[in-house]
Amino acid sequence: MKQLLNNRHPYMFIAPAVILLTLFSVIPIIVALVISFTDMNLKGLANWSAISFIGLENYKELFSDATFIKSVFNTFFYVIIGVPLVIIASLSIALLLNYGTSWIFNTFRAVYYMPSITNIIAVAVIWGYLYNTEYGLFNYLLSLLTVDNIPWLEEPTIAKISLIILAVWKGIGINMIIFLAALQGIPKSYYEAAEMDGASRLQVLFHITLPLLRYATFFVTVTTLIGWMQFFEEPFVMTDGGPLDGTISIALFIYQEGFRYSEFGYAAAGSFILFAMIIIVTVFQFKLQKKDTDL
Amino acid sequence: MATATKRSKAEKSLVILLLIIGGVLVSLPFLWMISSSFKPENEVLAIPPTIIPDNPTIENYINLFTSMNFTVYLRNTIIIVLFSFLGLLFNAMAGYGLAKYEFKGRERIFYLVLATMMIPGQVTMIPVYLILNSMGLTNTMTGIILPGLAVAFSIFLFRQFMITIPDDLIEAARLDGAGEFYIFFRLIIPIAKPIFAVQGILTFIAGWNSFLWPLIIANDESLYTLSVGLSLLQGQYANNFALQMAGAAFMVVPIIIIFAFFQKYIVEGFTMSGIK
Repeated sequence: MKQLLNNRHPYMFIAPAVILLTLFSVIPIIVALVISFTDMNLKGLANWSAISFIGLENYKELFSDATFIKSVFNTFFYVIIGVPLVIIASLSIALLLNYGTSWIFNTFRAVYYMPSITNIIAVAVIWGYLYNTEYGLFNYLLSLLTVDNIPWLEEPTIAKISLIILAVWKGIGINMIIFLAALQGIPKSYYEAAEMDGASRLQVLFHITLPLLRYATFFVTVTTLIGWMQFFEEPFVMTDGGPLDGTISIALFIYQEGFRYSEFGYAAAGSFILFAMIIIVTVFQFKLQKKDTDL
Repeated sequence: MATATKRSKAEKSLVILLLIIGGVLVSLPFLWMISSSFKPENEVLAIPPTIIPDNPTIENYINLFTSMNFTVYLRNTIIIVLFSFLGLLFNAMAGYGLAKYEFKGRERIFYLVLATMMIPGQVTMIPVYLILNSMGLTNTMTGIILPGLAVAFSIFLFRQFMITIPDDLIEAARLDGAGEFYIFFRLIIPIAKPIFAVQGILTFIAGWNSFLWPLIIANDESLYTLSVGLSLLQGQYANNFALQMAGAAFMVVPIIIIFAFFQKYIVEGFTMSGIK
């Protein structure tokens, strides 16, 4: 009887979400893999018989495409500078916020979280104004210190750094909350024991707090790295990849090939290279983590 | 003893001072946005800039609705937000189904949900566009809404929460003759209120901020969302920073107000979901 009762209902509960997920997440992965071996473009969209299989041609072409190689270089630039900055900043702020529980600390928690829930276009509009070479607040403040105007978004390397500053500002919130949740999970008795043994503040930080945050740090590192390897919104809304492709990222390259030039097959191949890179980096991190705990 | 409390008091002041300095730096863009949005067009370009507007005006906000179609954008955004709540219900149902029923293929479906969480958005973006195109759904509201309804991460969080609800409770309701859907709506949802609160806020924020997909799918201005409209405004009124700031404030302030009311649930939610 119970078997019979349980037969139909679970499927009714999961059906809507699972069908949608299949249609818009599972099938697209297969479609992407298939079209990455074809020359599908706008012509192929109108007339399917115009699509032909070209094997690994797209993948080969990508590695000789100067723009793609530049986008890989830029993405590494973003990841190598941005990820450590986000982690250090969010951990430091979480440690400060964990110091007390009064309303001041709650208010600041909200203040630091705010950028991460702010709409990316609003962010682009606000920061575009702040970064403006002539009328921007940043250059005005620097001019008070008699520093010359900085071309925040007009010079390739400075533009990359400007985007990193913006992305760090936006990325602190969520990681800070994860660190804060982990900090609040550390039993008070550990600190009391350390205090009785006469440990200094720094000793407590380095020998108790940070080791106990190991799992949170690992989680934050993995998710932040995955997120930054897909760096997209900031260059998309602020610079559109310019100047001179100086800020283009892999994800933005894929978007432009797919939706600006309608080279669907080529873009799909690019997306699989990005996916492969993400998997390699993530697996590598898990391997490192394992080694760390073995020791 | 006295010196110890004195030291910790000084320490606390130092922590608060650091938080204030950092807080001012972090909120500077917001403060600048609010201040500039009330400036008339000529004052916003003045050098040196005024910190508080000399001649405050709300003209910029009125212009959003008279010179731009912000009424239409607002309506579209609200439609998207409402439907994303329907999606939230679907996700909750799926989470409940995966957590509380034994059925064939359960493990496999759960792993499938987990696997889709790891796929980068760039991989599925183009195929989803092609699929919607073959269904004739590009440039329609349905095409904007459908792909965003089911969210793997949300299903996962609901499942994690609902697995902690005792089976006996559900069995007892069944013995009393309650139907499965009655149990879900009248028993499970009230118990799962905290997770609904978190997911509700996150869903609202995601719907309100939705930008890239509407931009890809919508060709007609009548389908634009607030974000797409704001980026249009940025292109059309490139040097009218006051109007741009008013548009940005119109998007950001509602989110901040909602967040300020519900922020404690978000922290609790992360503690609850066991990611720590």
